[in-house]
Amino acid sequence: MAGGNGELKLLGMWASPFVTRAKLALHIKGLPYEYVEEDLGNKSALFLSSNPVHKTVPVLIHNGKPICESSVIVQYIDDAFPGVGTPLLPADPYERAVARFWAAYIEDKVVTSWAPVFRVKTDEERDEAARQTLAAVEVLEGALKECSGGKGAFFGGDSVGYVDVLLGGLVSWLKANEPLTGTKLIDATKTPLLAAWMERFCELDVAKAVLQDVDAVVEYAMALRVRLAASSAANN
Amino acid sequence: MAGEKKGLQLLDFWVSPFGQRCRIALDEKALPYEYLEQDLGNKSELLLRSNPVHKKIPVLLHDGRPVCESLIIVQYIDEAFSSSSGKPPLLPSDPYARAQARFWADYVDKKVYDCGTRLWKTKGEPQQQARKEMVEILKTLEGALGDKPYFGGDEFGFVDVAFVPFTAWFLTYERYGEISVDKECPRLAAWAKRCGERESVNKNLSPPEKVYEFIGTLKKKFGIE
Repeated sequence: MAGGNGELKLLGMWASPFVTRAKLALHIKGLPYEYVEEDLGNKSALFLSSNPVHKTVPVLIHNGKPICESSVIVQYIDDAFPGVGTPLLPADPYERAVARFWAAYIEDKVVTSWAPVFRVKTDEERDEAARQTLAAVEVLEGALKECSGGKGAFFGGDSVGYVDVLLGGLVSWLKANEPLTGTKLIDATKTPLLAAWMERFCELDVAKAVLQDVDAVVEYAMALRVRLAASSAANN
Repeated sequence: MAGEKKGLQLLDFWVSPFGQRCRIALDEKALPYEYLEQDLGNKSELLLRSNPVHKKIPVLLHDGRPVCESLIIVQYIDEAFSSSSGKPPLLPSDPYARAQARFWADYVDKKVYDCGTRLWKTKGEPQQQARKEMVEILKTLEGALGDKPYFGGDEFGFVDVAFVPFTAWFLTYERYGEISVDKECPRLAAWAKRCGERESVNKNLSPPEKVYEFIGTLKKKFGIE
């Protein structure tokens, strides 16, 4: 009895790229849901009881039951609503393994290297994080070639798939990186397939509906940087 | 692709808990495979060719095609051999239960190995911090287990496979971290014992003393005393 007419609620924070992933998956499947913006400085009781382990967004609540972790949420949406829209993961076990591999790569190499860019204090540390992230992005270029069958459309082939959703959630932040740090992460001269992918992705109706405004993300990240610098200065 | 070997091969390293997850899954499904011990100090051409991105074990080769990352390998084994093995699936069929299983396997991946490593690699304040964290991690996992015989419920499943190899490391955590799993998490200790009675687990986990010895060797190698 998967899916059905159960109520879907998404607890999120507008700037979070992980929340964006969940929204993308819901929109791709055409699933109506209630969105609740959480104040992460003052977490609601519902939020804390739904994700006591990590206390992070996104949290998807389906028929009152919480699902946490963006990649788990996206897979859940795919599993729980099988008849709806195109499946995000392919049917073939080997192709699924390849998609999961690149999803894990994005988490372990792109996101993990990149996150410090917004938190580290010295330019040196920031440059090193940028360098590692760029290296990971170059590997992804090869992955896109492999996954899209050389056509470079989407990681999912002709249509948007699991890896596209996980990377797609990061797009506004990928674009924000240049104004924030001076480094262009997706550069058409270095990673042409990914640059074309990003353009193609942003043209999708779901992307237009869901992706955050890049200027707003830049402003948010700058304010965050100022807040972090102030708190660490206060702690010295 | 000409010349690739038919069947299943596992590129692995004897003490790796990640490799052991794969061995356990293969045995649970009664799948014959060739075990190929890798020299991680001098990586083979086969390993480098099969996992060019990470150059790590474990790697499962199925008719020559590589699958990398232990939990991805376990899911692949579960999905590719679901009908032929006649054994129960490791991941439940209910989408919500699957999501819970994935969440907890991800939790094990994010937390256990990293904290465990800090327990034996550090001293003083960082080690004390790691000790506190490890107890919290184990208690959280014990909470997730609840009163069930396995994380999967009545059946040994995905999360059990993901976590059980680390039970061979409890002795090492206990000695370096001065933690008693029996005392802090008795239900988890009971679960570990229960899993240990399964042939797939018993056969594939390293003896705890061997793990401890191995870490001792590593510490010397890295000049950590």
